[in-house]
Formats: sequence, C-alpha cells, structure tokens
Amino acid sequence: MSAEEKRYDPILPNITDWPIYQLSSHRYEFIHEVTEASLAKCLEVIQDRATLIEELQRTLYQERIRLSEKPWKADPEDEKDYWGFVKSELFRISSLGDEPDQQKEVALELMRSIISRYSNEIAGNFDPEIYEFAKIAIPFGFSRLLKTSFGLRFKQRLSASFSIKDRFSFEGDIETIRELGKKHTLVILPTHSSNVDSAVIGWAIQDIGLPAFIYGAGLNLFGVKLVAYFINRLGAYKVDRRKKNMFYLETLYQHSTLALHKGVHSLFFPGGTRSRSGEIERKLKLGLLGTAMDAQYLNFLNAKEGEEAKKIIVIPVTLNYHFVLEAQSLINEHLKITGKELYIAERDELSTSLKILNFVRKFLTKSSKVSVHFAPCMDLFGNRVDANGVSYDKRGKELNIEQYFISQGQLKEDPQRNSEYVKLLGDIVEQKFLEYNVVFSSHLVAFVAFTLLRKRFKKQDIYSFLRTPKEDRLIPYQDFVEACERVRTAIFALNEQSKIKIAPHLKDDIQEVIAHGLRNIGIYHNKRVLLRNKQGDISTEDLKLLYFYHNRLEGYQLAQYV
Amino acid sequence: MSEQRIVGVIGAGSFGTALANLIAENHHVLLYIRRKENLERITTQRVSHGQALHERVTPIVDLKQMAEQCTILFPTVPSAFFRDTILQMVPYLRPDHVMIHGTKGFHINVSDEDKADEIRELGRGSIQTMSELIRQETPVVRVGCISGPNLASELAHLQPAGTVIASHFDEVIKEGRAVLRSHRFQVFASNDLIGVELAGALKNIIAIASGALSGLELGDNARALLITKSLGELIRIGAVLGADQKTFLGMAGIGDIIATASSKHSRNFTVGYRMAKGESLEQILATSDEVAEGINTVEIVKLIADYYKVRVPIIQMIYRVLFDQLPVAEAVKSLMKYPFDKDVDFID
Repeated sequence: MSAEEKRYDPILPNITDWPIYQLSSHRYEFIHEVTEASLAKCLEVIQDRATLIEELQRTLYQERIRLSEKPWKADPEDEKDYWGFVKSELFRISSLGDEPDQQKEVALELMRSIISRYSNEIAGNFDPEIYEFAKIAIPFGFSRLLKTSFGLRFKQRLSASFSIKDRFSFEGDIETIRELGKKHTLVILPTHSSNVDSAVIGWAIQDIGLPAFIYGAGLNLFGVKLVAYFINRLGAYKVDRRKKNMFYLETLYQHSTLALHKGVHSLFFPGGTRSRSGEIERKLKLGLLGTAMDAQYLNFLNAKEGEEAKKIIVIPVTLNYHFVLEAQSLINEHLKITGKELYIAERDELSTSLKILNFVRKFLTKSSKVSVHFAPCMDLFGNRVDANGVSYDKRGKELNIEQYFISQGQLKEDPQRNSEYVKLLGDIVEQKFLEYNVVFSSHLVAFVAFTLLRKRFKKQDIYSFLRTPKEDRLIPYQDFVEACERVRTAIFALNEQSKIKIAPHLKDDIQEVIAHGLRNIGIYHNKRVLLRNKQGDISTEDLKLLYFYHNRLEGYQLAQYV
Repeated sequence: MSEQRIVGVIGAGSFGTALANLIAENHHVLLYIRRKENLERITTQRVSHGQALHERVTPIVDLKQMAEQCTILFPTVPSAFFRDTILQMVPYLRPDHVMIHGTKGFHINVSDEDKADEIRELGRGSIQTMSELIRQETPVVRVGCISGPNLASELAHLQPAGTVIASHFDEVIKEGRAVLRSHRFQVFASNDLIGVELAGALKNIIAIASGALSGLELGDNARALLITKSLGELIRIGAVLGADQKTFLGMAGIGDIIATASSKHSRNFTVGYRMAKGESLEQILATSDEVAEGINTVEIVKLIADYYKVRVPIIQMIYRVLFDQLPVAEAVKSLMKYPFDKDVDFID
C-alpha cells in the first residue's frame, strides 16, 4: 500500500520510551560498557605483552600521520596533546623493560585510555528536545527555502499546498515494520546514491511513526557546526574513516553491536559510500552487518529465562530518484577508480553550512518524485518475518533462529561461522536491492540511449567511448522508441517475476514514458543528460552522466533487448 | 576417539554403505534406505550392496527420526534422486543441522516451462551443485561436501584412503573430520566448496573416457595424454563456474582422477569400457544397478561449455560418443588430429 495517503502515529508516543533515548540517558554507562567490551575483544587477539606494545606503537604512528597529513575541523582540540601523552607513555613503557609486569600494566592502562577516548568520541548524544524541534523546523525550513527559490525556474512552479511529502512515495509493508519496531530491533539498510539519502530515510522513518534510529555519520560532517549540532542530537554517532587501527575499529564495532543488543534501531548504508557508478550496490561492506549478527547472538545468550530474545529485523530499502545531485563528481570518481588512478581525492561537496543549504534547496526545487521502497522484513538469515517476529522458511515452516547459533545442541560463539552468515546476508541484501529497485522513466531512457550508443562503438573501451564527439551521439527517434518498448517489455516481465519494481508512470503510453523520462532525467545538471534535438533525434550533452544514470539498470541483463 | 555421536547417512548405495561403515568405527550411524522395500532384507541380513553392515549401523526408512536424532547428516543419494530425498526431509530439518554430502553430480534448475531436454545451453544460474540445492530447499546453512578417491569397494575392504572435506564453515570441516577420521581414513580440508564439488563431479567425465581407451586397449601413453589434456578442460569449465583452479590439483581433482581413470571398480570407467566394447548407452543403462553420474555430467557440461564458449574438444567428443552414437575409435581418431598447441594452457 502506498503510504503517502496515510498518516502514521508514533509507535511509541512517549520519547522517553524510545530505545535511543534510553541509550542516551545512560550514555556514560554505555560508553563504559563499549570500552570494556572492546578491551576484552582486543585482548582476545593480542595475547602477549610484546604484541600489545607493538599495537600501541602502530596506533600512535598511524594517528600521528593522520594528525599531520589529514587534519579535520572536527578533530578535538586536544588531539595533539593527547597523542603526545601516548607517546610519552610509550617511552615510559619501553623504559620499564626490566619489569615486565609493570610494563604490561602500564601498556594495558594506555590501551584502555585510547579505547575509552575513541568510545567517547564515537557515542552520539540524542536529545529529544532537539529531535522534536527538528521534526517541525526542518520541514518548515524546507518550505521556506522553497518559497525563496520560487520563480527561479518558472517551469517548476510550486503549488500552494506543497508539502515535502508530495515528493515522496513510500512503498512496502509499513504496518509490519511498525509492529516489529515495537518489540524487536530494526536495522534499515538503504541503497546510497546521494547525500540527501540520510535526510530522505530519516524523514521516512519519522513519517511512518518509528522512533529515531542511530546511524554512523562521517566525522567530517561534524566539522560543519550547524550539521554537527543537529546530527549529534538526532541519533548520529561518529565514524572516522581515517582511523584504521585495531583499537578504533573494534570500538566502533562494539558500539554498534551493543547498541543493537540494547534494542536501539539502527540505520546502515551497506554500500559504505554513495554508489559512484550509479549502479545498485553489489559489493556491500559487511562490517556493520556483522555487528547485527553479533548482537543477535548476544540477545540469545543473555535472554532471561522464559523471555523471548529480541530479534534483529533487517529491512533493505531502495531509494530512487530521477536525478542525483552529485552525479557528475560521483561518475568522475568512479571512472578514475576503474581507470586505476592511484590517488582519488576525497571530494567534500558539503563543507560549509551554506553549501548544504544550497544543496537541499536544489534538491527540493528540482526534484520530482523520490521513491522509498521498503523490502519485506526478514531476519539475519534472510527468512521472512511476520508482524509478531516469527521467522518462516521458504516453505512457510516456522523457524527458531536461535538454532543457527547452536552447535551440537549448545549455544556457541563462533566468529568464523558468524562471518559466513554475514556474507550470506550480504548476498541476500544485494539480491533484495535488485528486486526492490524501482524503475523510473528516466532510468529507462538513460539505459536505452546509452546502450544504443555503446553498441554502436562496442570496439572502443569505455574511456574512449565516453569521449565520443557530439555529432556521433545522435539516435534516430524511431529506433529509440522501439528499443525503449522492447526494454520496457523485458522490465515488465522481470516485474512479473518479482525481480524488479516499477514506478506507476512507467506503464503509460511509451511516447509519454519517454517524454516523462527526458523531462525528468538529471534536470539539475548544467548539461542536458538526454534531449530531443530540433530534428527530433535523441542526443546527449554529457555521455558520462548518461552512463551514470544508465547504470541503475545494470545487473538485469537488459542490454540484449536494446 | 572423539565423543560418540549418532550420525545420519542418507542413501544406502555402495558409497553410502561404505561411508556408514567407516563412520560406525567411531560413532553410531542411522543409515537411511531410500528404497523402503529393501529395509527388511537389509535389516535381517545386515548386508547392503554386498557390504556387511557394522554393528553400530542401524538401517531406517524414517527421515523424521533421523533428523531428530542426528545433527550431522551425510546425504549420498545420486543427484537424480537428491532433490526428492531432501524435499522429503525438509519438514524435519533445522538450522542447527550440519549436512555434508558425498554426491558427485549436478542438479539442473529450470522452470517447468523450460523442459530440461529442450535446453540448448546452460548458464551458471541453471545448474546447482548439491550444496546449493540444500541451501535453496532447506533451512540448513552449514553445508559441506566430501570428495576424493573413495572407491566404495576399496573402502569396504578396509583399505586405507583419504578424502577432502570442503565447506565455507570451519565448524563443518571440524565436525566432519571428527566423525570421519580414522586410522585408515585421512581427511583433508578445503574452503573451496564449489571447487571440490565441481572437481568431484567433473572428473567422472575423464573416468568414462579413460574406460573407453581401456576398452580399445590403447595403452597407458594414450591414457596419460587423455587425462592430462582433459584435466585442462575440467579446470577451464571449473573456472567459469567459480572454482579455484588449485582445487583440481588436490584430492577431489587429480586424486580422484588417478583412482577412477584406471579402476574397473569405477562405475563411470565401466560405462566407457563397455561402450568401447560395442555396447550402446541404452544397453549399459539397462543392465547397471547403480547410477554412473558421469553420463548426466557430460550432458550438462557440454551445455555449459556451449553457453560460456569454453573450448573443450575432448568433452565434446565424449558427448558425441555417448549421445550421438559416434564410435569410440572415430572419436579417438578425430582428437588425435585436433590442433592442440600449448602444453599447459589451463592454469595461471
């Protein structure tokens, strides 16, 4: 059922009952717990004094390089002093070479200090007042932004009754998600193609009446004061991609695991970063999914006698747009990577508050429909879950998923087994992304136009092809219509087999679908991604962008129909 | 000896029986008899496929009982009956079961509209190994397989042997090893499940061809030529289906080829041998009481090779001998004229 016609009440009307609130109001205890758990896990790997000291030295070395080569505004002010302290402690440790016990004690204390610092840095600080404020202020602010930009493009006149919701189409079994959100722990896994995704999914979560979710936000975003102020209080915890040392990674992992174990709903972008190529993600980052698996194990391990263990419920979500604001830079980065360039500069498109406001304004003024499609709820093993949290196998038989963690009759921890489960879950999520990807008219026209041209120059590699001169990029309109019809028929067949979703407008007369696609595709970009020229032929002003939008339909073997 | 368990072996063919006896040296075994009419005879005579049953082997026909009593199961039924047997067991299977199969064949996974005998090409999505079939049809995730030079008749005579057990789960390998390992049975480990399954299934093709050469009495040089060059073809096919090339050099590949390509105990070898002696495939099938998986495999692999455009002249020729009535001698003649070039062209 489409959610846009319906208003949803919050499933937990009182914010103080929200798991995220509980976590935040016991922030100190939680940080302590994360620190202790991370310490214990690190010590499982670090078995002796020498390795511990080596690991501390490695961490110091990497952190000092980070401080000198990649400093960020979001770094704490005392960062240099702190790592200076670590350095002096390591000197002290090496001077204690004759007293191994004392040396180990100091090294352990230093390790605890580092992990505790990381743990404090990562933890968010959810503030119900700010949340309530944002809930009202952000849509209001959006409307103001829209009004100020009114008239910027007269073609996009906004109706008086505009609301943000008009932009969104929510699909999926929302009632089941709401029911499950009351008793179990939800993990939402959206596809990721744009910086607006977090806002879109955040909006969707709020709109369907779910309590706030926690999510990892890049520490760089915290360098922008306005953003930092809000996201830190709206459920974000900090993730610093520069820190790759063992202590940090373990602390981050435990933070997510324990939050999930405490029943805090979480949002992960399993693709890791935005999809540079424009494709649906097919190589997922499994780290955070691993935290869900570990949390589920802990839920069973720590379940009280006679009490049902909370289930971690996974909900893949596809987000689809007619255009992606950052398409140009994303596809350029993608081409650099596939072109094996050694160094990819990390672009920070949103480095100031003004840029962000501008970005949001453009998104709202230029955007047509945004589709948010929730795939059916499943457990961590891909089994369907009903509104009561009961799992069913493919044949509809009830499953006790605790048995996945049982070996020879015993509930047993087995990290290797769990990591295999996570890989399988990754495969299932990738599959769901493909199945619940919603085809828009713009995806269709981009796919067909690009493939027609690509077939014409199939002997060239992709890089030379993308430099094809403008005059060689013309497609006779009739050829284009016929190819669109064939591909659309194939898409309909896939849809019948539940292998893809389609937006309602795709069913219109093919001429209208094409016109709709041409009108909507990448409308923000300076260059037209696709257009009909005066002679009526189809052309593109930017092949790279066309490549980007075409990629959304990669993975369905549709090129054979073009 | 490790702690005694109750282990399930599904299928009482010659390999299933030998496996049950092997496991019974250390554990209790429930042996599932697929053909229910044989239960009484096997139970009273305590002989299955010519092999006396170990005292710790209990023949049963109740899959529910097996699933309830055993957490580790070894399906060994031929690929043609594998799915049906597994489906019968599905209602009783749980996620805490471990399944390690010993079936060296494929299942063709096509929809009803696409009749299998009308298929001209087969992509990866259309064929399944037995572990993939288990994963698809049951709630069991912890799957593995055993494969290697394990001629049932020699196992039955308590001769020393070795096998490889493959799974993505270390736990499955560990449990499987604990159950199988004995003073006369070595168990090696691999994480390349698909590779071990493919090597085990594909090598049956070489066994058929080798049997045919023996039938024509063409000598050991010819056999060595055949084995070496067709190993290359198997590796190429394995690679397009996702196997690690190295796996073909282990127990499930070379190991099994050495045993089956020269042994009259091998069912697949016997098929080739009898064809070379002038019998037709129909005649051979009509007089065999056990399935030679290789026949089905040749057909499937030919379709895969066509789909992926893999160059496999030897397999193509074996296909023609089996299904197009090409005389073995003609096939040999054509292959000797084939312009093979490089010696080792199949491994990186």
